[in-house]
Formats: sequence, structure tokens, C-alpha cells
Amino acid sequence: MTTQQRAPTRRITASGTLQVRRAGASGILVGAAGLVVLALLAFMPVIVSEADTTLLVNFFVLLTMAVMWNLLAGYAGMVSIGQQAFVGLGGYGVLVLAMNGFNPVAAIPVAAVVAALIALPVSVLLFRLGGGYFAIATWVVADTAQIVVSSITSLGGGTGHPVPGLSSMSPHTFAETTYWAALAVVTISLGIAYGLLRSPLGLLMAAVRDDEVSARSAGARVMTTRRIVYVVAALGCGAAGAILAVSQLQVQPSSIFSVQWAAEMIFVSMIGGMGTLEGPILGTVLFFVLQQNLAQDGAWYLIIFGAVAVLVSIWTPRGLWGAIRQRSGIELFPVGYRLHEGALHLVTQPQLLDGGSAAGSNGPGSGAGARRRRLRP
Amino acid sequence: MEWANAIVQGIVTGGFYALFACGLSLMFGVMGIINLAHGDLAIIAAYVAIALIPSTHLPMVWAFVVVVPIFAVGGYVVQRTLLQASLDRSPFTTLLVAFGMSVIIENVLLEVFSANGQSITIGTLITKSFSLNSTITISYFSVIVLAVAIMVLGGIQLFLSRTATGRLVRAVADDREAAQLVGANYRHVFGIAAAIAFATVALAGLSYGMLTEFVPTSGVTTLLFAFESVVIGGIGNVWGTLVGGVVLGVAQQIGAQINPAYQILAGNLVFLAVLAVRPRGLFGMRTA
Amino acid sequence: MSEKAVSAALLEVRGLTVYHGQLRALDNIDLAVATGETYAIIGANGAGKSTLLRTIVGLHEPKSGHVVLDGRDITREAPDRRLAAGVALVPEGRRLFPSLTVEENLLVGMHKARPGTFDMKRVSELFPWIPDRRKQRASQLSGGEQQAVAICRALLANPRVLLLDELSLGLAPIVVRRIYEVLPALVAEGLTILLVEQDVAQARQIASQVHCLLEGRTSLTGRPDEVTAEQIEEAYFGVGALPVSASAADPGG
Repeated sequence: MTTQQRAPTRRITASGTLQVRRAGASGILVGAAGLVVLALLAFMPVIVSEADTTLLVNFFVLLTMAVMWNLLAGYAGMVSIGQQAFVGLGGYGVLVLAMNGFNPVAAIPVAAVVAALIALPVSVLLFRLGGGYFAIATWVVADTAQIVVSSITSLGGGTGHPVPGLSSMSPHTFAETTYWAALAVVTISLGIAYGLLRSPLGLLMAAVRDDEVSARSAGARVMTTRRIVYVVAALGCGAAGAILAVSQLQVQPSSIFSVQWAAEMIFVSMIGGMGTLEGPILGTVLFFVLQQNLAQDGAWYLIIFGAVAVLVSIWTPRGLWGAIRQRSGIELFPVGYRLHEGALHLVTQPQLLDGGSAAGSNGPGSGAGARRRRLRP
Repeated sequence: MEWANAIVQGIVTGGFYALFACGLSLMFGVMGIINLAHGDLAIIAAYVAIALIPSTHLPMVWAFVVVVPIFAVGGYVVQRTLLQASLDRSPFTTLLVAFGMSVIIENVLLEVFSANGQSITIGTLITKSFSLNSTITISYFSVIVLAVAIMVLGGIQLFLSRTATGRLVRAVADDREAAQLVGANYRHVFGIAAAIAFATVALAGLSYGMLTEFVPTSGVTTLLFAFESVVIGGIGNVWGTLVGGVVLGVAQQIGAQINPAYQILAGNLVFLAVLAVRPRGLFGMRTA
Repeated sequence: MSEKAVSAALLEVRGLTVYHGQLRALDNIDLAVATGETYAIIGANGAGKSTLLRTIVGLHEPKSGHVVLDGRDITREAPDRRLAAGVALVPEGRRLFPSLTVEENLLVGMHKARPGTFDMKRVSELFPWIPDRRKQRASQLSGGEQQAVAICRALLANPRVLLLDELSLGLAPIVVRRIYEVLPALVAEGLTILLVEQDVAQARQIASQVHCLLEGRTSLTGRPDEVTAEQIEEAYFGVGALPVSASAADPGG
């Protein structure tokens, strides 16, 4: 986790003294706490049972997906409901590599990169559509990917195929290895997301999300920005799918390409909160709590979670973490900028989520500035 | 001659896709809502028919008379409550809420009706067909569906262009705020548009349930077909949607002719090709 | 303006304060438009003129204050109800329905019309070219033509008060003059007009009362013949520190 040192500090002298500073002053503290948490998590397989590590693997997989989806939608404003395409491609990437003699665990990063490489040409097609039509088109892509993969008989067709090369490991080693791989993937995903958001690209993303037209007029980098985010999200989802392939010992098209992944990552982000890194974490925790308690009742956990997600996104579009932050000002991952002038805080944080409603009733006096920034007295 | 048959069957299916697509198109055109739950709503209609009609001892065809009005009312109510509340937030929220609805509907149907395939049986009509020649045989029912699709599309077109309410709907679609200034309650107008869209989706869902077996997850497939028809035909063009549906239907039948596993794939590929070459669709006037 | 005139006002705005997010767009605005009057709001860009009109018709919700039409408080009513009560706005930028024809735009304008003198025939007299162009799409008209149709669309609702937002915006002077030539005829028929105009000369010429806004506050009110060009300039650009009132009983005082 990066610290405060990288934060650019600028002085604007036109009207008094203003300082642009990283939002949140606790960068070093948080970084240290993060390392402690990471170390604790790394020891988990030693402490807990194999069933619990499996649960944690699933937790990390969903969290990775949620972080990636949140990067896409919460930051770059692209609603994809077809990320399961890359989950599936990552899983099948591992299968293909393992079938060709690769170590399945070592194949995880390679498979993720393959998914990212496929995302590149796909983005060329998808970026021709805006908003909701982009969303359904991502679904078509996922559907197509599933059909194509299912029709390859050497990969087991519609029934799928076991991942070779895993049976040589002892159950204990297998559990540990999978766990650490999943932990590495989720840590790297959070790290990439955090770094991306703190980079100049992060600011550009916020600009694109909040006002695509004027951001576009600021330069042709908008497309590139969106493409980078899309490819990174495919990389993350590909890695998550690769982990799934290893931890489940097999891949099956209808399960690894299932729209259920999209549903889970989206609900988790809607409930936890978009446009923050904390939101997906909170959402994923809530999801697993609910799922564990309702696991015996079929799909009801997903129905309830979905209903809660719908209500939360209407009630507080930034999700629970957004609501918490608004009341308390707590930020674990400081990725926004704040403008300091006495009691005045100006934070470049999500406006899209409730800014859209104002678009129709915006008076000429409100101007772009008022729409894009949030003033906190 | 098998190819000719594929094309004829594709055209007939295309009408059916257009019937599915027009509600999707209407909700996007008027409210700017991408109704990701569109396909699932259609499947609800089919399940409602199965659940309701047997107890009334009416012939199954009466499902149209019973379910379509229920859906129209339901559409108005859902629009004025859930969808309007989402729209008041942002288009982004609306998209996510629609997606949430889709997942919820699908899973509730799974819990209530199980994953077993069902179909609405309407007696002998479904099996009757006529032959153009030795290889081309067309079922009467699919021709009826095609005719219904054309009538519905034409009806919507007439409603929008000739009636005062339709004029108001177009005005609201053009400029919601300016419509308020001339005295339109745009929320009510949205409700009317949603009522029409839901009625057409019920029609499509019932036809679907009579034509083929369905499961709770069939909604996804039908949504994709409807969406592909809209985009291929061109967003915002009523008759373009019909052409889009036909293009999609023909592509799928030709794909199936090559290999039955390629039916949906061929449609998806044509869709992606149109997207690559003509992103505004064949007759599109505006981009999404 | 005497106390009696104020209470007899057709349209009254009392202590209106409006925020756009955290930005105060209007601050405690008072104004009273008497029946048959032509009342002009002037001010620079961003002074809050359009916000004032939009709040009167209900497109913005005020933080505090009231909008009163003929003694009836309409502050909480929806825009469509206010139209039915008799307040119509010709919005900034015309805002015709681009995919509708001229005739359809006018028909939509009529759909909640109050009883009154304005019908298709009457608006065709105001702008005689309209009947010939009625099948054209609104988007194909020139800016001036669109402005004319926008005025007719509002008139067809037979409002008691017509609100006009920057009629001259983006139009050639000659076109502006032709449009302003129509207004006296409307006033003669008993219509009350509240208009927003950046062109001070144009506003002084037509209005019976001018009201200048500066950064959301009233900076000047008075009859055009009572206020000097210097006073207006000060109120317009905010050269002077204090609000200027040329009127004896400034309602904002």
C-alpha cells in the first residue's frame, strides 16, 4: 500500500490559499495495518480447517471480481454484466495450459493475461455502444464465449473437463496452495485498483465517469483510459476464474461462464458501495454471512441479497460504505483528492451515482463545477 | 431446398423476435430504460398462464385475454414505483435495478416452479402446419405469431403517430422537461409507455410458452434475442426491429443448418458483425 | 409601486431562495407582477434569471420562499399543475420537440389548454408562415422560427402569465426585433408577461418594470423611465457595493 509521500500537494493562490491534498491523512497507518492483516490472512491455513480455507478462497474470488467490477462501473462508469466471459476464459486458460503440461497453479497468471489479451479486441466492439446497450452487449459476448468453449470437444464440450496435474498434491498442500494463490490474486487486485485510482489515470477516470462529454473534449485519452480499465478488469476476473478452476479441480462451461458471477459481483458492489475500495469488501463480507446462513434454502440467499441490493441502490446509490463514509468521514483507502481551505473540503469522489438525476433539472447557474464536485461544509 | 426452408423458418421466427423486442425498444426510446428484466418478464407471463388458466377452466388461448391486461396494469405500477424511483436517482441506478430484478425473478421462478421445462399447451393448433412444397413446412401458429407481431408493431406505430397520447409520449421521449412545461405529467406518460411495453412482453412470453418449452432461465436467452434484434435493426426504428428480428432469425436458422449447436452462435456473430460494421444498425437513426 | 398594487399582483414571488447543490443560485428574491404588466428581469450570465423563471414554473424546488399566483400559493405544485393554473414558460433555447412536426408541437401545447383566446387560428395570425410549415419537423426550422413556434406552443395553453426566457439568445437582431414586435399585441389582449433578457436596451424598451439580478440577489428594481443607464450598469455588473433602489416602495427593501 502506498503512503502519503506520493501525494501531490499544490497551492492555488488565486483566491486565498487552497491546498490539493490526498483525501485521508492516514496513508502510512493504513498501509501498516494492511500488512498486518495480510500477514494474519497468510497464516490462516495453518490455523483453520480445510473447509474454512475453501470458504475463504471463494471469498477472495468474489472479492476480486467485485473489486474489478467496481473499477469498471464505480470508477469508469461502464456497467458490464458480462464479466463472467473473462472468469470463464481464465478458468479455461488454466485448463488448456494444464492439459499441455503446465503446472495449474503456475498457469493462473498466464491464464489471467490471456483473458486480458482477449479483452482488448472485444473492447473495440463493445465501446461502440453506450450505457445500457454496452451492458447487454457484454452479456452477448459472455454468451458467445460460453457457446464457443462448449463446442470444443477436446475441452470436454458442455460437460467440462477436470484440471489435470492437481491430483499429485496432498489434500493439505492443495488447500494451502489454492488459498495462498487466491490471497495473492485478491491482494494484487486490490493493489492494482488502489494504484490505478491514485495515479493520474484515476482522476481521468473520475472525470470520464462524471461527465463523459466534457472529459472527452479534454482529450482523446478517454477511450484509452476506458480501455485500460476494461482490460485490467478482464485480467482480474480472469485470475478469479483461474483460481476457481484450480480450487474446484475442474471447469464446466455453464458454471464458470454463469451469469451468477455477474449477479454476485454486481450485488456485492451495489450493497457495499461503488466508487470506493472499501465497499466491495464490506459487500462481500455481508454476502458470505447471508450465504452461510441461508445456504440450505436454495437460491433464496441470492434473491434476498438481490432485493437488498435493489433497495440499497435506490435508497443510497453509493451503497452502505458510501453512507457510512458520508456520516463518519472514515476512509481506509484514500483515493480521492481533497481541497483544503479552512473548513472547506472539496472531494473528487463519485458524483455519478446520484448526479444523473440532477442532469434533467440542472439550471444554467449550477454549471459544471457544481455538478462534478461535492462540497462539504 | 433445405436452405430455403431455413430462410423461411428464420423469417417466421424473426417476427417472433420482433414481438419480443418492441417492448424493449419502447422502454429505451421513451424512458431511456434498458430493461434487463425484459426477458424474465416474458417468462413470468408464461408461468402466470400456467398457474392461473387451468383453474378457470378456460381454453389456454384465453391466457392472452387474461394475462396481457394484468401485465399492462403491472407495467404501469412497476414504472410508477420501482423504476421511477431508480430513474430519479440516475440511469446508472436504473440499469442496476433492472439487472437486480432480472436475477430476482429468475431465482424466484426457480424456487417456485423448479428448473423443469414446462410449456403452455393449447391443443392441436400448435401441431397444424401447411406445406409450401416437399421441404418447406410452416406451422400455422408461427404464422399467427408473425402476423400478431406485425399488427403489434403497426399498432404501436399508429398509436405513436396518430393519437394525442402517442404524440405526448413522443414529446416526453424528446424532452421530458419541455413536456412538463406544456403540462404533461411525464411520470404518468412513462407509466403508459411501460404498460404498453409490458403488454407486448406478455404477448411475446405467452407465444413463446406455446411455441416451445421454457425454464426459469429462458428469460436471459430471450432478452439477448430481443436486444440483438433491436441493435441489428437500428435503435429507435420500429420497422427496423422487425427486419432485425428477421435477420437474426434467418442467421440462427442458417447456423442451425450447418450444425444445430451453432444456432445461437450464428445469431451472436451476426450481431457482433453488425456492431463492427454498422454500429447504428441497419436502419438506425441514433446511437445508443 | 404602492402597497395596493403589490397585493393586487397576479404573480408574486416572496423570499425565494434556491440552491443548485451547495451553490446559492437565488437569495431571498421578491417580486410582484401586476395583471397586464410586462415585467423584465435583467442581469448578467449566471445571475440567476433563468433559475428564477424555472423555479416559478416548478422545475426547481426552492429552499425557502413562495410562488403565488393570483393569491394562490403554488410553490409545492408540480409543473403540469402550474400550467393548468395559468403559468407558461417559453424556456431558454426554445426546447421544441425536435422529432415532432410544427403542428404536433403546437397540438402538444394545447393538450391541457385553459379556455381562452389563443387557438391555432389566432397563433397563425401572429406568425402567418406557420400554416405552410406545419408538416415540417421542428428540428428543421431556423432559430427564429423555432422561437416563434415555442411562443405559440406556450400561448396555446392560454396562460395568464407568460414567462419568456431569453428570447433573443442566439438570434440575429432583425429576427429578435420581429419576435419582440409581437409582444405588445399579446399584452393588449390582457396577457401578463414576465421576461428575462440580457439585452438591457431591449428590456427597457418593452417593459413596464425592470428588475436586475446580480449573483442571485436583487440589485435594482424600478420603472424603466425611473432608472438611469448608470444605475442599471452598476446593478448589472455589481460596480456599486449596495443594492440600488429607484423605486419608492421596493418590495425587497
